[in-house]
Amino acid sequence: MSAAALRHARHVVSENPVTGFALGLFVLFVLAALLGPSLAPHDPLASNTMLALQPPSAQHWFGTDQIGRDIFSRVLVATRLDLGIAAASVALVFAAGGFAGLAAGFFGGWVDQIVGRTADTIMAFPLFVLAMAIVAALGNTVPNIVLATAIINFPLYVRVARAETTQRREAGFVDAARIAGHRDMGVLLLQVAPNILPIMVVQMSLTMGYAILNAAGLSFIGLGVRAPTPEWGIMVAEGASFIVSGEWWVALFPGATLMVAVFCFNLLGDGVRDIVDPRRRT
Amino acid sequence: MRGVLWRLAGSLPALAAVVVVTFILTRVLPGDTATYFAGPTASAESIAQIRTALGLDRPLPEQFWSYVVALFHGDLGMSLTTGQPVLVDILARLPASAELTLCGLVLAMAVAIPLGIIAAVRQGSLADHACRVIVTAGVSLPVFFTGLLLVYVFYFLLGWSPAPLGRLDAFASAPPTVTGFYLIDAALIGDWETWRSAFAQLVLPAVTLGLFALAPIARITRASMLAVLGAEFIRTARAAGLASRTIILTYALRNALLPVVTTLGMVFSFLLGANVLVEKVFAWPGIGSYAVEALIASDGAPVQGFVLTMAILYVALNLTIDLINRALDPRARQA
Repeated sequence: MSAAALRHARHVVSENPVTGFALGLFVLFVLAALLGPSLAPHDPLASNTMLALQPPSAQHWFGTDQIGRDIFSRVLVATRLDLGIAAASVALVFAAGGFAGLAAGFFGGWVDQIVGRTADTIMAFPLFVLAMAIVAALGNTVPNIVLATAIINFPLYVRVARAETTQRREAGFVDAARIAGHRDMGVLLLQVAPNILPIMVVQMSLTMGYAILNAAGLSFIGLGVRAPTPEWGIMVAEGASFIVSGEWWVALFPGATLMVAVFCFNLLGDGVRDIVDPRRRT
Repeated sequence: MRGVLWRLAGSLPALAAVVVVTFILTRVLPGDTATYFAGPTASAESIAQIRTALGLDRPLPEQFWSYVVALFHGDLGMSLTTGQPVLVDILARLPASAELTLCGLVLAMAVAIPLGIIAAVRQGSLADHACRVIVTAGVSLPVFFTGLLLVYVFYFLLGWSPAPLGRLDAFASAPPTVTGFYLIDAALIGDWETWRSAFAQLVLPAVTLGLFALAPIARITRASMLAVLGAEFIRTARAAGLASRTIILTYALRNALLPVVTTLGMVFSFLLGANVLVEKVFAWPGIGSYAVEALIASDGAPVQGFVLTMAILYVALNLTIDLINRALDPRARQA
């Protein structure tokens, strides 16, 4: 990042304190994801039926669940899994969707047709329903959640990458690279791809929040992550039955953490967009 | 008219794609359907028998053909859990989902469109800031969590809402089915007791869905209102001395609503997905909770039927939105 870009970034953060706030939260979440298991005050899997359904206290900040596990530790440890699923799926769709969109915009013709039809097919489904179907068909595992979340975001990445590539296909620097003797793939990956990278990074930060929501939604209905594993969606599902009897903390803390995480990523996404692409500011 | 026919034909590829993908997801991918139908205690022989009975030993194109033929006969298979044909189950449960989704959507539009208009007309005002917060916060809400929060506050704490257990309370009985929408059916026979019960059950899930759909609608209304208000014909109307009420509501809004109608396609994609989660939270007897129950029981046919129904519904909704857009916007008719 050049000095000018840094200055611009600092300007954006000072103009919009919300972005700075989101950045702070983001650092917290990343720390929790990296260090969570070693910071947790209790074993997230250790049950103690004597302490079942205790409200929040100094000993158990977020209270305990139906078999006496410490909810704070579980929420903290779950950060790595939830953010990991979202990050992996976003990275996957960035590579696959980004490349497909690049190729479609650059080559046009049948490549464009195939990529476009694939994206259209995905878009013909309500996205969450498609994700459910994929996980149900491929099997109930974490990698399949990652894959399903990547697939439903694929059309979005293709569309952005394709549009940005089409604009640059005829640019002078592309001609120059061709004249200098680069092959198609070389021009595509070494000249065009770096040019659309900033826009794609904006796209990644904008979809991260949606990816977290999607993965948590799938595990809320019992797909993907399995029961004793701490994960926000499952923890909310487990706490759901206690809401009607007044034990609010079982569902509230994982749910609120999930909400804050998604909120943080969405704000950050808007902030990154403001830095990279100020014209699209809303 | 020809344009409309073209558009109708234009949704055929999407339908075909939906059928092919559903077939691939259920038949081609790993996971042996026969073993699954036979149950955990089946011998190798009975699995082979079931495989033949289901036609799974035949080549794929042949399987695909019989799959399509069965679809045209409305045969979506049998549910192992309910013992009924999947189509019967889905048709019985579809009105519950439709009533909930439509109420949620109407609620969201009733709040989001005026909010978006005010935010655009009075930029920088309190309403504008409120709009911005709602738009960012709204897309961050895990819909299952908002539902639970509403249950806690309005059922447990305040006691205003009935228990989140389905479409009617335990003492009311369902009105005779005409449309399947309890609010309409109960009103038709003048059974206001049942109507009130159905309404009370519907409020929280519909608000949950509405909160979720609010954000994208408010965002696009605000943005497209802003774009239209900056247009030259608005400046001309102002210069001609028209009342600002006429300018905003008649001139600007009519043009600004077109992108809003277009966005409804995306909103429906979200709503149909969110519907599954909301139905689970409120034990709503719609097709979403049907699919979730089937998923948990590893019952394949209802899940396939659900995915297919949702996808076909979504294609139909997109088609409807396009046709509405044509009716509203002469420019769309030419394209």
